[in-house]
Amino acid sequence: MDAFTTLSGLVAPLDRANVDTDAIIPKQYLKSLKRTGFGAVLFDEWRYLDQGDLTSDHAKRRANPDFVLNDARYAGAKILLARRNFGCGSSREHAAWALRDYGFRCVIAPSFADIFFNNCMKNGMLPVALDDARVDALFAAVESQPGYALSVDLPSQKITAPDSEEIPFEIEAAQKHRLLNGLDDIALTLEHADLIRQYEDRRKKEAPWLFGRVA
Amino acid sequence: MTAETLYDKLWRRHVVHLADDGTALLYIDRHLVHEVTSPQAFDGLRESARKPWRASSVLAVPDHNIPTAENSAEDPVSQLQVAALAKNCSAFGITEFGMDDPRQGIVHVIGPEYGATLPGMTIVCGDSHTSTHGAFGALAFGIGTSEVEHVLATQCLLQRKSKNMRVTFSGALPPGVGAKDAVLALIGKIGAAGGNGCAVEFAGAAVAAMSMEARMTVCNMAIEAGARAGMIAVDQVTLDYIKGRDYAPAGEMWERAQADWRELHSDAGAAFDNEVEFDVSQLAPQVTWGTSPEMVAGIDAAVPDPAAERDPARRENMERALRYMDLQPGTPIREIKPDSVFIGSCTNSRLEDLRAAASVVKGKKVAKSIKQALVVPGSGLVKRQAEEEGLHRVFREAGFEWRNPGCSMCLAMNADRLAPGERCASTSNRNFEGRQGRGGRTHLVSPAVAAAAAIAGRFADVREF
Repeated sequence: MDAFTTLSGLVAPLDRANVDTDAIIPKQYLKSLKRTGFGAVLFDEWRYLDQGDLTSDHAKRRANPDFVLNDARYAGAKILLARRNFGCGSSREHAAWALRDYGFRCVIAPSFADIFFNNCMKNGMLPVALDDARVDALFAAVESQPGYALSVDLPSQKITAPDSEEIPFEIEAAQKHRLLNGLDDIALTLEHADLIRQYEDRRKKEAPWLFGRVA
Repeated sequence: MTAETLYDKLWRRHVVHLADDGTALLYIDRHLVHEVTSPQAFDGLRESARKPWRASSVLAVPDHNIPTAENSAEDPVSQLQVAALAKNCSAFGITEFGMDDPRQGIVHVIGPEYGATLPGMTIVCGDSHTSTHGAFGALAFGIGTSEVEHVLATQCLLQRKSKNMRVTFSGALPPGVGAKDAVLALIGKIGAAGGNGCAVEFAGAAVAAMSMEARMTVCNMAIEAGARAGMIAVDQVTLDYIKGRDYAPAGEMWERAQADWRELHSDAGAAFDNEVEFDVSQLAPQVTWGTSPEMVAGIDAAVPDPAAERDPARRENMERALRYMDLQPGTPIREIKPDSVFIGSCTNSRLEDLRAAASVVKGKKVAKSIKQALVVPGSGLVKRQAEEEGLHRVFREAGFEWRNPGCSMCLAMNADRLAPGERCASTSNRNFEGRQGRGGRTHLVSPAVAAAAAIAGRFADVREF
């Protein structure tokens, strides 16, 4: 996994609550066997006026001029500003892959759906939860100031606004450590292989029915 | 010993290691796998030269991306994904109920059917509706593909403990009103994020009176309230369902297991971070009118008016939803006319669901205005049992199509989908924009209400049928 330390970039505002993972990436792209190439279809049904699928040349599709990410003002944005319960719905990690592939490394919202939040962390992306009032203020600033950019500093857990205002944010220590170092969770867990085996040995005696083979 | 909740007990039993910061290494007993969220995880194993830690804990089945019509030509891209699952299972020694296996079906239907889902287990799957299995007193939740790979490789997940929440459904559900109505009304009350960060236990007289099928419907929808997991304590109904199933313990092992499982309930006096009490005795059948499951109303109500909503963000959300759904404020729910009807999905495709729908349909005809009416049984077993009871004839004679098992129009990855602008009465779990096909409009309902809508050509009160 890529490490996340600091990030400075343009902010794009997506002003709606309960943005679900079907909206982030619709089902037809889930037929892919890969983890890459989903950036072109991020927010597909809002972003394009015509229907696409895995075989489409997305550069030739009709862009929806009313969708915020199609506004030249937000081209190259690295930070997505969103509303409450962002990423709700399906567990599809394709949602995180699509955001990342598009160029977003950080999503700021009042709250996130649990599975989406974890999926971000597994892909070197930082989801930042800030209170409603703070998010409201950021929306007002982004919309009124073209070129509005933020600097995110994970080590010090601070976001710095263009006027030098500092916005602190919370993150669990273990998650911060893994993001900062880009650690492979599986390798870390396998360092506890002995503990896992000891656990299994104990549970096989206590509850052997949990270890029956499905066949 | 301090009083524990059901979730506390399930959690405690599965902690392999607890780090100083509270992150637990949680052991996973059962891993369910399907074709859409697993190929990248198996590739990851190969790339890092890892093997499944305990392949015998994994049960795989294709369901999301498969055709449900007889003799339908399968989309070649979908076929690749189904073939990849078969190849990966064979390469890694994993049991798969493949396309030719009579046990094939929706992953959340087959797990319980064959006793692969047992009380006291931790159960994960790369699918958010894994919460379904919590109905058995299990800790069950959906995970992303990276976590699928993590569980395959280590049999564990890194987790933080969620908060404890209890929803008590008090009173008795009135006739014609079921588990789907109760859980939709609950989501309407607490919101689509009402369970964020929580493991939710469903309790109360109405839950105690429910069958396992109904309990699965309730736990299935826990994710639509934003919960990490949904669960229900083990009782005699649970044990009666499990006994004799293929992978369930038998003989002396059954006696040991069931004694253990009887402890899987919240202790008297256990502390919950959040408690919701919901009296269901006056509840009406529910119909969603918007693009989030929280946008729901009783059959006798009308589409709400955003102008009456004080919170500007909520008002804008309502306005956007009504534009997408092409609905006017004040329209009685009973005047909304669906174009399609879908009875199926991991929420409502079990035998009891099909019986409820068939009892409404029996001897009647699907309204001429309905373009398509589908019944998609949840599994090969459900299909066979329904056919033994003659339910397929009831549906067919009324004008429904009787399909093969799969996820079908719940997420519309296969050919079963809505055309732009089409309106559907659906027993599935999500009414998001485009969920059942780009531009499609979904109204979530119970199987009985879906059946009544098919016959009446508009949403109708199943209690009048």
